[in-house]
Amino acid sequence: MKLRDVAHSRTGDKGNTSNISVIAYRAEDFPRICEFVTEERVRTQLAGLNPARVTRYELPKLGALNFVIEGALGGGVTRSLALDAHGKALSSILLDMDLTPS
Amino acid sequence: MRSIRLGAGAGYSGDRIEPAVDLATSGDLDYLVFECLAERTIALAQGARQTDPDAGYDPLLEQRIRAVLPAAFGNGTRIISNMGAANPLAAARRIGGIARELGLSLKVAAVTGDDVLDVVKSGNWPIEETGGHVSDLGDRILSANAYLGAAPIVEALAAGADVVVTGRVADPALFLAPMIHEFGWTVDAWDNLGQGTLVGHLMECAGQVTGGYFADPGKKDVSDLARLGFPIAEIRDDGEAVITKLSGTGGAVTVGTCKEQLLYEIHDPAAYFQPDLVADFSDASVEEIAPDRVRIVGGRGRPHNGSLKVSVGYNDGWIGEGEISYAGPGAVARGRLAIEIVRERLAITGVAVSEIRADLIGVDSLYPGASRGEPAEVRIRIAGRTRSQAEALCIGNEVETLYTNGPAGGGGASKTTRRTIGVVSVLIPRERAQPRVEMLEVTT
Repeated sequence: MKLRDVAHSRTGDKGNTSNISVIAYRAEDFPRICEFVTEERVRTQLAGLNPARVTRYELPKLGALNFVIEGALGGGVTRSLALDAHGKALSSILLDMDLTPS
Repeated sequence: MRSIRLGAGAGYSGDRIEPAVDLATSGDLDYLVFECLAERTIALAQGARQTDPDAGYDPLLEQRIRAVLPAAFGNGTRIISNMGAANPLAAARRIGGIARELGLSLKVAAVTGDDVLDVVKSGNWPIEETGGHVSDLGDRILSANAYLGAAPIVEALAAGADVVVTGRVADPALFLAPMIHEFGWTVDAWDNLGQGTLVGHLMECAGQVTGGYFADPGKKDVSDLARLGFPIAEIRDDGEAVITKLSGTGGAVTVGTCKEQLLYEIHDPAAYFQPDLVADFSDASVEEIAPDRVRIVGGRGRPHNGSLKVSVGYNDGWIGEGEISYAGPGAVARGRLAIEIVRERLAITGVAVSEIRADLIGVDSLYPGASRGEPAEVRIRIAGRTRSQAEALCIGNEVETLYTNGPAGGGGASKTTRRTIGVVSVLIPRERAQPRVEMLEVTT
């Protein structure tokens, strides 16, 4: 099972920092998402970006997590050489995470 | 209990215009707010103003204002926008000119004082992102604009402005200002200001809360995105709000669209730094009370930290890009060969490229390692950072010469160069920025 099956997501950017929300479709899935989608696993999922730091914030009333990923955007939208200079595609990459423990 | 209706007419400078016309015509709005100022726009606009003192405001201002002003004015809907960019005074004069042409008598207020270039140049302020100082940028600094809060907009509304045009103002403050003006919230009504900021944050990207940027077919279906309606917030004087949209428009307002937007571009949800306060969204909740009607409660706030964030724009040189496509069996291998050839050519010809990036579009251009299997076609893209436009052009030229000098079957080459504006942040004491309101009265 993929994270995409139980959650949706949107990416934002501020300078060289990306934030990626992870929002449970159903409240009953939120505890499992909290347990599984840790800072460590997000760092592994986004290892290709070589982020400086990953921080997780929890919003239980919304059934949501917010990941703040520093140093992930090649200098930020105004100067990045990346095709997706905002890092807008990162929410889709995160939702590709496998939720089945390996 | 009093309430007001606010509409969002744009979520960025180039946004669609018809949804705003719909809101002005049929939204029964008290205020229509246009957020049109991206991070680097103001630095580019400062450049335009230096060559023409009447330039430097939003390029779509004329088209947008002309489209919405008659209906908005006729319905008693006041307009607030940061389309003034680097030149709010010139923007206000242009809006006044449009009003005169349309035969409308009204008051246009310009909010200035966000330009703090002199303040920033006069001190050696630490740069938040780099750990360096402003002096490191030397004569490359182009602009310095402080994020102003709601106060000068409130002042303009109190003075009777029908249209308020600003430069750099914190996006949610564009929406918070009319709430403060209408409901008389005091500067230390922290929870009201926090809830108002939450509503402003939900509204500031316009269509992103009504189903834009949300659809994922089969998972999150959204109907009629070509006719996406922009949001309306119905706000009570205690701050409780309902996000909705005009019936008959496309899109959807759901708990899902509101939650995505609530967390958009937020770091710590308990500490969202704004010029008027530190907002706290950590206890916020959203509830669908009817189709396309979502109730928003629970935003809170606490005192600001005494500083204003300033965006400093600086000349960051040039980026040159080139692209070419390969198709069929072996497309990826030919694309990789093409990239190697261009890298080597840039070295042989001695082009000074300080940073280079190569992508195989369809394989790894959005995220390294995302590829699964061989695509039927691939487009290579090479982008590099240079000091001059002439050097930037060399990058695209080397891609273009792959036509006759590179791997087999390359097609569709293209090349571009563009100036890059770097943006960094500094914090200044809030009293160093002095917002001003200037009123222009148009009588016909």
